[in-house]
Amino acid sequence: MSETHERNPGCALRREWFEDVQINRTAAERRADAITSGRTVKKNYQAAWLLRAVQCIDLTTLAGDDTPGRVRRLCAKARQPVRPDLLQAMGVDAVTTGAVCVYPTMVPHAVKALEGSGVPVASVATGFPSGLTPLPQRLAEIRYAVEQGAREIDIVITREHVLLGNWQALHDEVRAMRETCGEAHMKAILATGELGTLTNVYRASMVAMQAGADFIKTSTGKETENATLPVSLTMLRALRDYGELTGFRIGFKPAGGLRTAKDALAWLALMKEELGGPWLKPDLFRIGASSMLADIERQLEHHVTGRYASADHHALS
Amino acid sequence: MNIRDIMETMEYGPAPEAATDVLAWLEDHGRIFGHFIDGSFTSADAAGIEVENPANGETLARIPAAGEAEINAAVAAAAKAFPRWSKLPGFERSRYLYAIARHLQQRERFFAVLESLDNGKPIRETRNADIPLAIRHFYHHAGWAAAAETEFAGLEPLGVCGQIIPWNFPLLMLAWKIAPALAAGNTVVLKPADLTPLTAIAFAELLVEVGLPKGVVNIVHGGAETGALIVRHPDIAKIAFTGSTAVGREIRRATAGSGKKLSLELGGKSPFIVCADADLDAAVEGVVEGVWFNQGEVCCAGSRLLVQEGVAERFLAKLRARMERVRVGDPLDKSTDMGAIVSAGQKARIEGLLKGALAEGYTLEQSSCPLPAGGHYIAPGFFADAEPSATVSQVEIFGPIAVTTTFRTVDEAVELANNTAYGLSASIWSENINAATELAARVKAGVVWINATNMFDANAPFGGMKESGYGREGAREGMALYLQRAKAGRPAPLKPVAADFSAVPQTDGEAAALIDRTMKNYIGGKQARPDGGASYAVRDPKGGVVGLAPVSGRKDIRNAVEAAIRAKGWATNAHGRAQVLFFLGENLSARSVELAGLVQRMTGGSKAQAEAEVRQTLERCFYYAGLADKDDGAIHATRPRHLTLSLKESVGVVGVLAPDQSPLLALMSLVLPLIATGNRVVAVPSPAHALIAQPLYQIFDTSDLPGGVVNLVAGERDVLAKTLAEHDAVDGIWYHGTAEGAAAVETLSAANLKQVWTNDGLSLDWSQDTVARGRDWMDRATQVRTIWVPYGA
Repeated sequence: MSETHERNPGCALRREWFEDVQINRTAAERRADAITSGRTVKKNYQAAWLLRAVQCIDLTTLAGDDTPGRVRRLCAKARQPVRPDLLQAMGVDAVTTGAVCVYPTMVPHAVKALEGSGVPVASVATGFPSGLTPLPQRLAEIRYAVEQGAREIDIVITREHVLLGNWQALHDEVRAMRETCGEAHMKAILATGELGTLTNVYRASMVAMQAGADFIKTSTGKETENATLPVSLTMLRALRDYGELTGFRIGFKPAGGLRTAKDALAWLALMKEELGGPWLKPDLFRIGASSMLADIERQLEHHVTGRYASADHHALS
Repeated sequence: MNIRDIMETMEYGPAPEAATDVLAWLEDHGRIFGHFIDGSFTSADAAGIEVENPANGETLARIPAAGEAEINAAVAAAAKAFPRWSKLPGFERSRYLYAIARHLQQRERFFAVLESLDNGKPIRETRNADIPLAIRHFYHHAGWAAAAETEFAGLEPLGVCGQIIPWNFPLLMLAWKIAPALAAGNTVVLKPADLTPLTAIAFAELLVEVGLPKGVVNIVHGGAETGALIVRHPDIAKIAFTGSTAVGREIRRATAGSGKKLSLELGGKSPFIVCADADLDAAVEGVVEGVWFNQGEVCCAGSRLLVQEGVAERFLAKLRARMERVRVGDPLDKSTDMGAIVSAGQKARIEGLLKGALAEGYTLEQSSCPLPAGGHYIAPGFFADAEPSATVSQVEIFGPIAVTTTFRTVDEAVELANNTAYGLSASIWSENINAATELAARVKAGVVWINATNMFDANAPFGGMKESGYGREGAREGMALYLQRAKAGRPAPLKPVAADFSAVPQTDGEAAALIDRTMKNYIGGKQARPDGGASYAVRDPKGGVVGLAPVSGRKDIRNAVEAAIRAKGWATNAHGRAQVLFFLGENLSARSVELAGLVQRMTGGSKAQAEAEVRQTLERCFYYAGLADKDDGAIHATRPRHLTLSLKESVGVVGVLAPDQSPLLALMSLVLPLIATGNRVVAVPSPAHALIAQPLYQIFDTSDLPGGVVNLVAGERDVLAKTLAEHDAVDGIWYHGTAEGAAAVETLSAANLKQVWTNDGLSLDWSQDTVARGRDWMDRATQVRTIWVPYGA
């Protein structure tokens, strides 16, 4: 993660920063609609935005049947996510994805496959996706992933603490995870699809940041509802408020449910509108996705050739 | 720019919508258009009005201004088309409205681009709001037409409707006007604004495309003079106007005494209330949607920001940051938020107001966003410190500039919100349902949005209170204004009974009672001598003196109105009103012999007639007592997860001028529906029969009617009517007198746009339940407040 900002140290639990906040769902939905219907990028701008989206992707495989071979293939794609002839036609140097994201036991394979590429390995941890294993085991899992070479850890929070309003417990837990991460950057997955209300999303975001999260992330990809624009909007506003209160910049990662080039453009526009330029780069913005890249590649080919592309002309990840 | 550089700046870049089809259409017509009269376009030789593209100042086309000949031709065409159109089965009219909706949908892009070019508003808005809402309006009214026979049984269309629409939502306002008029069976002469006539012209072509019968819709062009010709045309049955309050007043005066129906949708200075417990980021977006939407050229713009003091600083900081991200630019660019102001004149008007505010010492904060060269652009902004006394806090800016002031409590928010002559809309931001609903109930506005703003739907009544006008558009309420009770025939003119208001002692009377009785006025629940200290003799038809009644004047009316204003608590409890009205019936019954005697004496009719009048008054009392707690509003089906309510509420303080017929029954037939629905009344009894007031106020007293709910002031009808009509705190007048008197009341009502209902100088058979009572009387006594409550946890 190329760093242009000071890392968030977190702070003690400050309930007054979130306890009075209420998020109005329908208003959030309208704002999300307004952004997607009111911002368009065309031609070279669209190509540039899509390439930027590629740079922000955490190319992900989180399946029970992952194997070293599967992970190697993914890593190869992360090194070269877009066909070199297309890049050349667009006058752009080599790009890579933001990271590769895998389960802890896959970390050593990914680290090896990405050696020298500059692409960091992110590992989910802490009993992903439910997070309901005992805390010592969850912390041990972080330690393991970091030891294996993961430079980013995507932790999951205990939803119970949010649903019951046990903010101190949530803060303590995330704080402990952050300390265990050490130099590795921590993305706190809120599993927003299981938090019930946008107000809870805001509050959980705030507590995670107070506990020292470097990124807040929407979903594991395993909940029935994953990243949505209104949820993302709510988290961005929490992140902005936290920045205004502390001066620290926090990153954002929507994950799950983002599949198309159009989704990528919508989320980039959301970042630009709500937070501005710095949040359009991989040090503060990641997209957790596995299939989105393929759609972006096809759109880029269409941009270069003017013809609609076949998926078979692009390497599998 | 090359891709590598864009990856650094991450700008949006240009995303223009193609205008090719629209420009080709303009060229095909030689950029000159005529009127659309009787199904075809007139020649446009005298097309002297230039229609400008506000984004760059270029002339898009030229149109003529309709003079008397053209207006006569248009009205004649509409009148000729009316008999057949109005008699078509609802299904047949529905077919046409459905076809219009369909064709608009099929040409959506064309209309969106044309509207944007003509008005200067961004394509994003025409594409997402103007055109889809117009289409929805035609679909909705295709539905009303299809069901007209059952939904509006016993009602008939009015005739030719003159419709005058503004430039801020040209096609949408056209749809709001034409769709209900046609659905109800009326025919139309419509004048679009001369700044923005082009979508109306394309719409006329679309009418040809769908084969609408000739003359059903006529579209004429021109400015204020053309509008005046429509307003004054004798063969027009109704004028529907959307525009400024100043022009609304002119139309009210011009149509006075003409018998034309009138609906006015006028200006506003609507409050946008942000409570401390609001979702502040959401409320900030509300300002964007409320004040910066359509360049602020929106009559219902929430342009007065009232922010609870404790969060004001944070709210304004967020607003400042947000304002910087508003993109002002080429209206045809898909990423443009705000386009151009409609004309140089409008821009100069807005800038004049802003300069005035600076001179008054207020600070304008405006976005530093770049503005395109050429065209009439104004950056979004707000005054962070505009006190209610600032000129910009009182007048409608009609541009992208808000004013801000703070409040401490909900009560104070209500007080500030209502401190305006307008009453169009209100936007309320709070996450506390108690505070939000209390504000929604107490802020005087025809449309209230809770945690939202500028939401519209064809099935949600829209319209104002106070000086924002009267009448509703959309839903059943809007349809009602294009329909009337089927008339059997024209009633005879009302013949007033002469009364002599001489204050001189009369020598031909006789002392009838054992003890002399003194009738006074009844004001605020107390008997009050007239301020002038004079009385006049009320005589029977043979000239015999029945007794003395006060000759009241301006100050008596003033006192009565003040008492009525103070009695506002009457409006709050429907069950309580029902109880009082039943009790009133009970006490009327107890004194029925005396009342009948008095009626008989004053009218000279038979005993049986007098007894029947008392009996009917009693029945009417029970009728309205029975309905007092049943004047329900509605829940309108609009969008998913949106509770859209329309509540009926009283007009306020209403003046009643009773006719010289059925002294007791007519007076009470006017007063009862008003008080049943929560109004407070200042009633002038028939001067010829004023003595009826005396037993009546004693009955009011014994019936627990709170003081000030009904005030009785005796005297000369048209003198007192004038004072009532001129009184700016009187909200409505029901007048039954001469045609001249009715016209005078209508003329004078223009000052505060009070809601006037007159007999047009015609008589009414008060004994007929079919014409002298009904739900429609209660509708007249109420106005609709539409409340939007989007919900979702």
